[in-house]
Amino acid sequence: MSLPFEKPIEDLEAKIRDMRAYAAEQEIDLASEVEALQDRLDRLKRDTYEHLTRWQRVQVARAAGRPTGLDYLQRTFDDFTELHGDRTLGDDPAVVTGLARLAGTSVIVIAQQKGRDTKENIHRNFGMSHPSGYRKAMRMFDLADKFRLPVIALIDTPGAYPGLAAEEQGQAWVIAESIRRMSQLTVPAISVVIGEGGSGGALAIGVANRVLILENAIYSVISPESCAAILWRDAGEAEKAAEALRLTARDLIALEVVDRVIDEPLGGAHNDPDGTMALVKQALVEELAFLASLSPDQLLESRYKRFRVLGRFQAIAAA
Amino acid sequence: MALERWFRRNRPSKKEDDNSPAGLWLKCDSCNAQIYRKDLVANSYVCPECSHHHRVPADARVAMLADEGTFERWSGLIEAQDALEFVDTQAYHERLKKARQKVGRPDAILTGGALLDGLPVALVVMDFSFLGGSMGSVVGEEIASATERAAAEGRTLIAVTSSGGARMQEGALSLMQMAKTTVALEALTRARLPYVSVLTDPTTGGVTASFATLGDVIFAEPGALISFAGPRVIQQTIRQDLPAGFQRSEFLLQKGMVDDVVDRRELRARIASVIALLRSGLPQPEEEGTLRVAAL
Repeated sequence: MSLPFEKPIEDLEAKIRDMRAYAAEQEIDLASEVEALQDRLDRLKRDTYEHLTRWQRVQVARAAGRPTGLDYLQRTFDDFTELHGDRTLGDDPAVVTGLARLAGTSVIVIAQQKGRDTKENIHRNFGMSHPSGYRKAMRMFDLADKFRLPVIALIDTPGAYPGLAAEEQGQAWVIAESIRRMSQLTVPAISVVIGEGGSGGALAIGVANRVLILENAIYSVISPESCAAILWRDAGEAEKAAEALRLTARDLIALEVVDRVIDEPLGGAHNDPDGTMALVKQALVEELAFLASLSPDQLLESRYKRFRVLGRFQAIAAA
Repeated sequence: MALERWFRRNRPSKKEDDNSPAGLWLKCDSCNAQIYRKDLVANSYVCPECSHHHRVPADARVAMLADEGTFERWSGLIEAQDALEFVDTQAYHERLKKARQKVGRPDAILTGGALLDGLPVALVVMDFSFLGGSMGSVVGEEIASATERAAAEGRTLIAVTSSGGARMQEGALSLMQMAKTTVALEALTRARLPYVSVLTDPTTGGVTASFATLGDVIFAEPGALISFAGPRVIQQTIRQDLPAGFQRSEFLLQKGMVDDVVDRRELRARIASVIALLRSGLPQPEEEGTLRVAAL
């Protein structure tokens, strides 16, 4: 289950476990030895996680055991009431939506949902929505405006599904519409990239007043694998593509694509889901408290400006 | 004006091209007929034999839509920054340099104000010959500012799209141009001005999934590939052959995704007619949108 670069950490953890077991068995005191190893472990973890390459972070962002949308809905929020269906085509399991409370405040939550095991992954289509999923999200935006419920969107998808039915049902059209509809919300909207922010499929629920990202999450215009397949003509060059795309939380804050990075507990979210979710909750509560003080006009205006200014270009020097 | 000359100097001269043996005749990709280049150009780049719609250079597109002498260029004053210092098999700044030299404009977009059949419009024309018409920061900014300017000046927005999608070499900044071009459309909505979108071959990825498909009226040119995911990607995902005509304009018309498939030679007239209709509704009420419910 562990990621390739986590092997030394795992080995050391095993060693500490063995030493503790041995000490208990032999009834001898190895406390100082264990403590020394524990220190080494902490240093190793910190060192490993501080120096992850971008490609390694991609692996952390996709790691099994990382909390998914439903984990947050069940453990970070209270009174979650799932609302199903887009009222047109069906109910897309790759997007979970509904009503919930966050520290007492009623909100609308839209969460892209990957599976937590193979069976669920197949059911959830690996978190890749069909048009129905975006239509369901837009239904939630309508509810949010009508009942003045802040919107919290949890982003975690490899991308919108590239399939026959998805194309026939207007995948591009619904993504465009969802981007527009979300930008028109008169209530506060916060998006959090909790795992993988895959291209337009992620942006469709990412047009928020504040865009947050977990420390080891990624957000990119294209997956490193697809980018490598196109530009290097070799999907095996994904590691190079991941470096080039600047898709980590730290990169994105520098590019002003995201507003805030939420630290993960040492060792990554997949090694401490509860600790991670607590940190996300705290960040959401703070952000919501700030946004709740803004009027609908201020929310619209600031959201417009936030996205209107994005990009890097320069005036051409006159010849 | 010095700027204008600088671009012109780098542009390949059309005259030279036309007179070269290779440029005089060309083969239609669709019916293989040998066509005299001048005939193709005179026929709006539509094959006189089979009506296949060939790709149109951005300047020629403007000339087809704008009343003669009315086009005033807005774009061309900004250029890309290589914010990611992106290098794949070639450095992005090198790719940009080559594309600028080849195409003779700073990026994959041409915008400006014009009259179309006497009606004030803003034209946004994507240039596929510049890095596949990909949308990065410059394309996004030019589209957003042309949209806002259209709203401020009371012009109908007409976008003619042809693009491979978001520009990978600008990473998430390119992705954000989808949001940027979309939010800018709000200015037109508020001013109650029409937006006519014309999808041409090919329009794919992030461009299709943002401003391109948000037109009040969407026309598509015959046979154009219009998609979110490209046919190859879908084929790899589903591992079976795609049905004939899948993701082409006519297919999308059938699926209810575009308002009509319009022959390029009729496009200008169709746009003019639809703008005239959209702009001649009942007077807008002073105070809008408030439904007064009588108290019982």
